[in-house]
Amino acid sequence: MDGTVKLSSAARALMARDLRLLWRRRGDALQPALFALLVVVLFALALGAEAQALARVASAVLWLAVLLAGLLALDTLFRGDAEDGSLEQWMLAPVPLAWLVLVRTFMHWATTALPLLIATPLLAELLHLPRAQLPVLLASLALGTPLLSLLGAVVAALTVGMRRSGILVALLALPLYVPVLVFGAGSVVASAQGLDPVGALLLLGAGLVLALVLAPLAAAAAIRIALA
Amino acid sequence: MPGTAPGAPPLLAVRGLAFARNEEPVFGPLDFVVDAGEALLVQGDNGAGKTTLLRVLAGLLRADAGGIAIDGQPARASLRSRAISYLGHLPALKADLTALENLDFLCGLHGRRRGQLPGNALGIVGLSGHGDTLARQLSAGQKKRLSLARLWLAPAPLWLLDEPYANLDLDGINLVNRMVQAHLRDGGAALLTTHGAYAAPPVRTRMLELGGGSRPADVLSASAASSAAGAGNPKAMG
Repeated sequence: MDGTVKLSSAARALMARDLRLLWRRRGDALQPALFALLVVVLFALALGAEAQALARVASAVLWLAVLLAGLLALDTLFRGDAEDGSLEQWMLAPVPLAWLVLVRTFMHWATTALPLLIATPLLAELLHLPRAQLPVLLASLALGTPLLSLLGAVVAALTVGMRRSGILVALLALPLYVPVLVFGAGSVVASAQGLDPVGALLLLGAGLVLALVLAPLAAAAAIRIALA
Repeated sequence: MPGTAPGAPPLLAVRGLAFARNEEPVFGPLDFVVDAGEALLVQGDNGAGKTTLLRVLAGLLRADAGGIAIDGQPARASLRSRAISYLGHLPALKADLTALENLDFLCGLHGRRRGQLPGNALGIVGLSGHGDTLARQLSAGQKKRLSLARLWLAPAPLWLLDEPYANLDLDGINLVNRMVQAHLRDGGAALLTTHGAYAAPPVRTRMLELGGGSRPADVLSASAASSAAGAGNPKAMG
């Protein structure tokens, strides 16, 4: 009998599965990224020729676009797996549920936030963001988006037992997302005003470390309750 | 009663197990044991708590009272996950993955029995040639067969099968029986829920009758049970 399952092999299997599913449904998978792109482009068009005005709101618009795109994909994080019984099998697997939740959340981040992070320099150019602020914006997004995904995972897990929970997800996620947005967009604003953005970035980093440990545990507990 | 090695603890021992939903008792208290090489047929009407019993045993639900022991040790989550394989109503298959990809993922999650390969398992359940078919294109019965292939690959000795005969044709029912028979021959054990004894596997079988609603469940003795199973299946052994 070969009953041992390593954490790494379970993670690899889950990642391979998610990538395959993503490829099979690439139209759906593109939706969050396209949504963010749409928000940014529409903002640029609406504010039009006023490069000054655009530059002032550029970091906030980019942060909001990434945040809303993540929120859009949040409901699909565990719902499909709950409906077809996959989550039951996750709970019964010999690896901790929290580990599988962490891997799934990482894949969610890698498929929704990471492409936007890569596209950020281009989008920033579109919004006339001063080039000096770009490194700070990228750093704040790199620290902030995984934190958003982890907080979102807890919210998605809490609502996975409900059939229609679109509004509830948004309402629950909002208060958790606000501090991340404040520090994330705030760090760029601070650097624009010539202040030191490191403090806000460190707070984001601290939040990320905390969420990396606690969010998977909380989400796993919520899933167990929701499926009972 | 023929057992395995004399003095060895039973594979599954349940003492005073009870479960209530919203203060309303669903089943129990139940006492039963399942030895290696035995099948336990859980019978009862719709709503009698068969599925709930299996979910409690699997660890998906928390029992209100009583204890479960596996191989003589109290069933903690880590022990359960290694010893139990659960086949529920939900197939746990991703519609957009092929049959083989589904099996690959579930093997990565649960581990794989030594010497068993997903491709061979598909052949055993009669799905050879469907390895590259998307799960969404399989019929309900074929999905069930794919779930059975997953079960066959899992290394766990104790199978919890919730309505394994549902959606299956006669050939499929025979397949379940043959799989259970082979699994029991290898020293495993299985719990099966069914509505009636019409399709019991030809193995040493105990019966557990779950009453409906608040009626306490009566546990038949093994000898009486196998004669009842024998009525539905002439090959059942005493």
